[in-house]
Amino acid sequence: MLFKTRNFDAAPVALQARNLTVSLPETPGNPQVLKSIDVTIRQGETVCLVGESGSGKSVTSLAIMGLLPEALKVASGTIALQGRDLLPLSQAQMRELRAARVAMIFQEPMTALNPVLRIGDQIMEVMELHTDLPLAERRRRALAIMEQVHLPDVDRIFRSYPHQLSGGQRQRIMIAMALVLEPVLLIADEPTTALDVTTQKQILSLIDELQQKHGTAVLFITHDMGVVAEIADTVYVMKHGEIVEHGPVETLLRHPRADYTRKLLSAVPSLSPRDARVVADDTVLRVEALNKVYGGGGILKSLPQAHAAKDVAFTLSRGRTLGIVGESGSGKSTVARCIMRLIDPTSGRIMLDGTDIADLSRRALRPHRQKLQVVFQDPMRSLNPRWTIAESLIEGPLNYGTPRREALAEAARLMGVVGLPEDALARYPHQFSGGQRQRIAIARAVMMRPDVLVADEAVSALDVSVQAQVLDLLDQLQRDLGIAIVFITHDLRVAAQICDEVIVMSRGAVVEHGPAAEVLAAPAHAYTRALIDAAPGRFWDFHNFRELPKVTHAQPA
Amino acid sequence: MLGYILRRILAVIPVMLLVAVFVFLLLRLTPGDPAAIIAGDMATPAQLERIREAMGLNQPLHIQFVTWLGRLMQGDLGVSLISNTPVSAMIADRMGPTFAIAILTILMSVAMAVPMGVLAAWKHRSGADYAVMTFSVLGFSVPVFVIGYLFILIFSLKLGWFPVQGYTPVGSGLGAFLSNAFLPALTLSTIYIALIARMTRANMLEVLGEDYIRTARAKGAPERTVLFRHALKNAAVPILTVIGSGFALLIGGVVVTETVFNIPGIGRLTVDAILARDYPVIQAMILLTSFLYVLVNLLIDLSYSFFDPRIRY
Repeated sequence: MLFKTRNFDAAPVALQARNLTVSLPETPGNPQVLKSIDVTIRQGETVCLVGESGSGKSVTSLAIMGLLPEALKVASGTIALQGRDLLPLSQAQMRELRAARVAMIFQEPMTALNPVLRIGDQIMEVMELHTDLPLAERRRRALAIMEQVHLPDVDRIFRSYPHQLSGGQRQRIMIAMALVLEPVLLIADEPTTALDVTTQKQILSLIDELQQKHGTAVLFITHDMGVVAEIADTVYVMKHGEIVEHGPVETLLRHPRADYTRKLLSAVPSLSPRDARVVADDTVLRVEALNKVYGGGGILKSLPQAHAAKDVAFTLSRGRTLGIVGESGSGKSTVARCIMRLIDPTSGRIMLDGTDIADLSRRALRPHRQKLQVVFQDPMRSLNPRWTIAESLIEGPLNYGTPRREALAEAARLMGVVGLPEDALARYPHQFSGGQRQRIAIARAVMMRPDVLVADEAVSALDVSVQAQVLDLLDQLQRDLGIAIVFITHDLRVAAQICDEVIVMSRGAVVEHGPAAEVLAAPAHAYTRALIDAAPGRFWDFHNFRELPKVTHAQPA
Repeated sequence: MLGYILRRILAVIPVMLLVAVFVFLLLRLTPGDPAAIIAGDMATPAQLERIREAMGLNQPLHIQFVTWLGRLMQGDLGVSLISNTPVSAMIADRMGPTFAIAILTILMSVAMAVPMGVLAAWKHRSGADYAVMTFSVLGFSVPVFVIGYLFILIFSLKLGWFPVQGYTPVGSGLGAFLSNAFLPALTLSTIYIALIARMTRANMLEVLGEDYIRTARAKGAPERTVLFRHALKNAAVPILTVIGSGFALLIGGVVVTETVFNIPGIGRLTVDAILARDYPVIQAMILLTSFLYVLVNLLIDLSYSFFDPRIRY
């Protein structure tokens, strides 16, 4: 079975929003954030709301919860929960419904739980607020629901604080808290976006399992088409506050009607890897036996050691892209930071254009810094908010003695290359979107004429359509300038799109290393296979609206 | 945790030793002969010699220091040059009023400032918020003696609710103590209310924007629960720091308030000693305030882990 094909026409309606319009009454022009949208969710059904950032997905969920920020107001329409209109309800009446009838889980499990309260108390609080159950019963039910979300050692976790748990465990706690009172509707707002793929897979199947057990209706908000393909019964596609298309998942993915849906689906990077380009015999970066050990030492007793990178080795030639793939804690960022010498490797060699920079002092490193540039994950935070774009761009070249006038001319030229108007130079970061800022960050790196560009999760924070543009930009720059790229990512689809070669890391060690086509099509290591299996919607070719052909790659010799 | 406490207590020793060296040198480094300073302008050479002998001033400096430190360890802070009574007894006499008023001030400040700060953050950019912020600016900028005399004028002279001046120890009855101590504590509170309310507001504003506050609301928690159960405890650590340093400053004595309300506290003892060049008393006061400051800071640091389980030592 590819998709869910359950039929809910006979099931009672759990939630129905009609002509729902939300606006910003205090903003000049009274702009509408939601424009007369209709959504119906039936008991036991999973409805996916997809769209890019700013499309109004989260506003929809907050409107249902009655938790809209103060600036936003429902202008017209109805939201009916089991036939009862929620909009005329008082604050106190809405409070009674939350968690009891409509529950919600959020994107960031790391911050969604109160750090100073024990897990057990936070789960029991839901029952304290909505029921008269005695303490012993509250405790019993809390432990029972914790068992249901498959947490290990529930007695210990009951007494733990959030910081003692992993992200996946915390999201399980959030789910437990949301479902303990058996609500009619569960709203899940990007609940797996911040999690690793293997954890994501577990959480998705957990939501699925509990939904079947309790008959909960689920409104699942996501930007990830892979997730949609895995879990949705029905899909609503949103853009600029409007629903552009909706329908059963298979119909929508196979025969999208709206242009926007087609565009969105086409932007999903394919899991089938690109073919490696011709190997140029021009090595710019060679890493040998790189190790990074944290901890140890200590004055009175030796502290526990963490081996963040174990004997990592690779070579990178001019004009090629090497992907370092792994989950959080795999050591991929540690390797990137060691190469950049942002942290000092414990041992090993980093040969950059024939010079070992692993042990160079800060001062001796200076002339080499120019050759290594980096683009970070979060474009919102990697540009100085108080500097104009021009200042950010020319700072590096000025440090290396380029005359100001020359640097400014180069900055202006690069604005054209990355597809931004020249007058962008005089503006400040907050005046740009995330995608534009990432282009600026790339331009800043390219200003230095580097030999190696390290992209640390450089497209992970971007919407798919923007992601595709930025990947294209990197590809173009690489062809024009012959830059070698080290591309750190957790996303196998992105890796497949851009990398010639791939390194797969797990717990600080390289478990697999080879051409992207081989590693992704015929993984040799169990961990790589687990990663690929966990990639949501891996059976579907979004670009061509059909199943992926069965993999026919020959087994590696 | 226990090891941490032990290490922190041990760390107090070098700090206090440094203070002791400074205090010791204070007298020795003042220009002129310490004996002559102590004996005054009319002393005869024979008197000077006797004082030098008595204070051990004719011995080498390091021997003097060790002797002095040895006495200090035994609680011997020396004898006042003016009243000839032991310094430890003088301080003990004056400690009560200062301590009692400091505690009352902090209690009153916290009781008023924390709710004010929470309200201001909750009703951000509303009339209530602006009122709290205005009060806060006033509390900072109006001098203590102005507030003190203003309170005396209104509450004592016009309304006749409290005595104008004076002090009654707690031991003589809580009512009598409060009737004397309330106005000075209220006067002192203004600046601490301003400080703590601001700190509470700023930290609450930050915490109220956190994801777990949204989670609490999504659970259907009423605003009271959101504010006090979920938000305040998370905002507590910086507020606690301000409260602690405020308390330490109060214990050091508050000269102006003690003068305005005629309270026999440590602040006035210190000022009188400085004016009369009563060196043993000055030395003892510096030692005492430094020690209390270090102690209060230690207690604050240890209390962090009570409010935030992520802080473990």
